[in-house]
Amino acid sequence: MADTAKTRQTRTIRVGQLARVEGEGALYVRVRGNQVKEVRLDIFEPPRFFEAFLRGRSFAEVPDITARICGICPVAYQMSSCQALEAALGIAVGGQLKALRRLLYCGEWIESHALHIYFLHLPDFLGYPDAVRLAQDQPERVKQALQLKKTGNELMALLGGREIHPINVKVGGFYRVPRKAELLAVRDKLEQAREIALETVRFVAGLNFPDLKPDYTFVSLREEGAYPILEGRIVSNRGLDIPVSAFEQHFQEEHVPHSNALHATLSGQPYLVGPLARYNLNYDLLPAPLQSLAKEVGLGPVCRNPFQSIVVRAIETLYACEEALRLMGEYEEPDALSLPVVPKAATGAGCSEAPRGILYHRYQMDQQGLITEAKIVPPTSQNQKMIEEDLRQFVAAHLELPQPELTLRCEQTIRNYDPCISCATHFLRLEMEHET
Amino acid sequence: MRPRVLALGNPYRQDDGVGPWIARRLREAGLEVCEVGDDLTRLVEGLAGADEAWVIEAVASSQPPGTLHVLEVGSAPLAAFERLSSHTFGLSEALELARALGVLPPRTVVLGIEGRCFGSGEGLSPEVAQSAEKVIGILLGRLGHP
Repeated sequence: MADTAKTRQTRTIRVGQLARVEGEGALYVRVRGNQVKEVRLDIFEPPRFFEAFLRGRSFAEVPDITARICGICPVAYQMSSCQALEAALGIAVGGQLKALRRLLYCGEWIESHALHIYFLHLPDFLGYPDAVRLAQDQPERVKQALQLKKTGNELMALLGGREIHPINVKVGGFYRVPRKAELLAVRDKLEQAREIALETVRFVAGLNFPDLKPDYTFVSLREEGAYPILEGRIVSNRGLDIPVSAFEQHFQEEHVPHSNALHATLSGQPYLVGPLARYNLNYDLLPAPLQSLAKEVGLGPVCRNPFQSIVVRAIETLYACEEALRLMGEYEEPDALSLPVVPKAATGAGCSEAPRGILYHRYQMDQQGLITEAKIVPPTSQNQKMIEEDLRQFVAAHLELPQPELTLRCEQTIRNYDPCISCATHFLRLEMEHET
Repeated sequence: MRPRVLALGNPYRQDDGVGPWIARRLREAGLEVCEVGDDLTRLVEGLAGADEAWVIEAVASSQPPGTLHVLEVGSAPLAAFERLSSHTFGLSEALELARALGVLPPRTVVLGIEGRCFGSGEGLSPEVAQSAEKVIGILLGRLGHP
């Protein structure tokens, strides 16, 4: 939904309600001459106050309550919250329980990435208004996308108890663990999903990518010996290397008038989280065949073009399929469903790699295990400032584009981030004002 | 005949939960119902293989609460309904996606029930509950007996 207004002094582009993003927001750009004066991502989805209503609830309820924040990435919320609470309680989930958590998370990456690649992002590259028109011309491709997504959902249902808002994760472990045979029953589907993911990598790598290569500060987790999903230290390409517990000493959140989502900065500067950051900071941890594939499809160890995030997402989807198959193959039913948990007055922080980037949680609880303070920093609020910076650079470099195309490219620039506005409002309409 | 009933909606958004509410009642009466929740890609999967589909959904179109909208999905493309949700795509897009993929059943009927309240919370408005009973009657009458 875009409309254009041009006056003697101002040229405006407005997109009333950004499509193909999760949640409600808008974009406003003001250009004077050849200078982009202002870029503002307005997030008008109302705040949701999760942090406030967690206060007074039992620590045991937190994974199920926070899973409700997002229908696309509930596992991320469960994993970051469990990790934070387990850190507070001084326990660490290891062995097969940890492997099952990683397996559950792989399901979420497959489901979320497949949805974004095919239904939200791909139409931009192929010139379709939406996935329906794409499906009319390329039904087989869209059927495969649905199959890929469904496999991720099935994995989530198997380990999480149901596909949306899983209910099987608890602080200390799980309520129920699968029999080996149950996992093996979805093995064939995952092998098919792996083939679809591989084909997806080759297909999206051949798309045309607008030129934009900002000098990003990438931030991601760095997990011991594996591509980061579940845990790790927080690292950047500028030398940051901190434990999760030090997050708030380095990252700040501020409220800006035009957004109901807080803006996060790293020592006052914008930074990028998500697939591009993970890939650039952990390329060495991808299995050798995936590194070779990345090279083969034209993606080096460093990728700074945000439009190519679709290729990185496809590689991560393939990784998630392969990692899931590996974890299934090595699975043995654990002796205990969870570790014993005894509440105490304590504070703990946790961070995991949601499909859209690092998701930080911190909780403080009292002796009875009732939450006294909660802090949740989702990936989209961390990326918000960087999205504005990308738009600023992109618009400045492409002022010659006709208004409708520039507007479309602006929307595409936003969709590069797979922003989850629903998560970030505790975020899109596009509006551009061009002063000549 | 392979009829299928599919219910959409979020039970924690008051009248938006009319789909799941009807689904539960139909299941108690022995009918199989596919609950789609708010993930409309699942609607596409749910339609595949059926030759008749009944899709239950809450509607907000400024009509009196409880109004029953019956929409036979014909051969003409559906106009996009205005999206009230932040979901990735709407019901009309999901049905058109199913058509594009060749899985739209030859007969597809949308039973839309006009809601009053879509805020956070459980339970239906009285007018919506009354209309839901009517829909249950219609579906049991058509599909409830072998």
